[in-house]
Amino acid sequence: MPAERTAHALYHRTVVWVLFLILLLPLAGTLLYSLATSWSATILPSGLTLKWYLALWSETRFLQAFGRSLFVCVGALVLATVLILPLLFVINYHFPRLDALMNVLILLPFAVPPVVSAVGLLQLYGSGPLAMVGTPWILMGCYFTVALPFMYRAISNNLQAIQLRDLMDAAHLLGASTLQAALLVVLPNLRKGLLVALLLSFSFLFGEFVFANLLVGTQYETLQVYLNNMRNSTGHINSALVISYFFFVLVLTWLATFLNKGKH
Amino acid sequence: MKGLFQGKGWAVLCLLPFALFFIVFQIAPLLWVAVHSVQVDDGWSLSNFTRAFGSKFYRQAMQFSLEISVWSSLLGLLIAVVGSISLSKVDSRLRNFVNAFANMTSNFAGVPLAFAFIILLGFNGAITLVLKQSGLVDGFNLYSKGGLILVYTYFQIPLGVLLLYPALDALREDWRESAALLGASTWRYWWHIGLPVLTPALLGTFVILLANALGAYATVYALTTGNFNVLPIRIAAMVAGDISLDPNMASALAIILVGMMTLVTVVHQWMLRRSYHVAR
Repeated sequence: MPAERTAHALYHRTVVWVLFLILLLPLAGTLLYSLATSWSATILPSGLTLKWYLALWSETRFLQAFGRSLFVCVGALVLATVLILPLLFVINYHFPRLDALMNVLILLPFAVPPVVSAVGLLQLYGSGPLAMVGTPWILMGCYFTVALPFMYRAISNNLQAIQLRDLMDAAHLLGASTLQAALLVVLPNLRKGLLVALLLSFSFLFGEFVFANLLVGTQYETLQVYLNNMRNSTGHINSALVISYFFFVLVLTWLATFLNKGKH
Repeated sequence: MKGLFQGKGWAVLCLLPFALFFIVFQIAPLLWVAVHSVQVDDGWSLSNFTRAFGSKFYRQAMQFSLEISVWSSLLGLLIAVVGSISLSKVDSRLRNFVNAFANMTSNFAGVPLAFAFIILLGFNGAITLVLKQSGLVDGFNLYSKGGLILVYTYFQIPLGVLLLYPALDALREDWRESAALLGASTWRYWWHIGLPVLTPALLGTFVILLANALGAYATVYALTTGNFNVLPIRIAAMVAGDISLDPNMASALAIILVGMMTLVTVVHQWMLRRSYHVAR
């Protein structure tokens, strides 16, 4: 039935292309708008220009917001790494039973939407000994919980793949202490997997808005909050901002995929 | 030799920093919300909940939240199913490319997504104007329930594809061939074999999409400047707004939101257990 085969193949190709176009449309529209001199009441814009990007990238408030987002996300990921790596090592090496408990605990950041956590966070840390609301520090703490489920699973899978116990035993046999073995033998083996997990976590933390807007807002304006506050400025600059942001995330995810492929 | 780092005491010490941060940023806020949802100014009471369910305004927020979430999850799931099935049938170059693209667009949510839709489908959006000029519609209101369902559906599609596509491996090609040999049409194959086998994956994906939509705040906030009545918007307005701060009431609504998600998850587990095809 070659005719029917071709018909099937054609149908599937069409569906995949339509799916691609649906996903592409908002992005392509925004890209076109960011490059348009003006665009109203016509199917296509009247002319193309890069002036919106130039205007955006010479705007101090934007650059500051970009820098703040970088600082908060990098800080959160450093914190997450420092907290999760020893935890996973200890769980895998000393207390394998804790893994079951952890698999339940790491569901919490998924199950509890940020807007719910924010209610408690605002009241608990708005004043008192742990007054952090309005500072980047509370964001770093919250982003650690956001990244936790993903980082935990990714590093855990990696640890299982390298046969931790054999590695540690071999290192011990050669005279290394547990700390030495963990830092000099296990850690280098995890480097690539950790890097991929960090890049992907970064790409979704960079787009976080709920915590940033509710807990900190304009007191420490991050990129997403800045974008939201610019709602009344010209749509062309906003589009340039959206596209710049998306391009940045795209490079990160592409880098992660590339690294991941090299692993096998 | 038993060094300092050999003992389990050090191992326990390694767990402490994590536990501390997890308690401060995850457990404590949740506990605060749970405790304060059953508190009013003069003590313990369930009156926050009776007020929430008694008020037309809050009931509307729950209803809109559910409607938008259920519809966007169903539509997103439908598109993701049809798309994933076809994805598994095309050549690997096209498949990898579209898969990678779906992966990237799964990060395209929240404020940037809302802005993209405003530019394209807002009152003066490019597509709205084209549709108006061609006389197909007299105007499209992105800031309505229908508009929100559309935007939510968009961010559900990549997530649905990412979750469903791997599950399609469960469908073996020889089943389809056997069914065809026995004279089953494509529709009968899907109705009697394909769909029942995929049901657990479909249910699981639906639950995740639903939870994703129920908790979504950034997109609807950016799209309607916080003027559309859904639960996340109501909750946030009562703790971070300029007027009518009421953290206890916010906690009650937050618990209702978490309760909805829990209910969905419990129903899902129950259906899974009843499901005939689940691997035991």
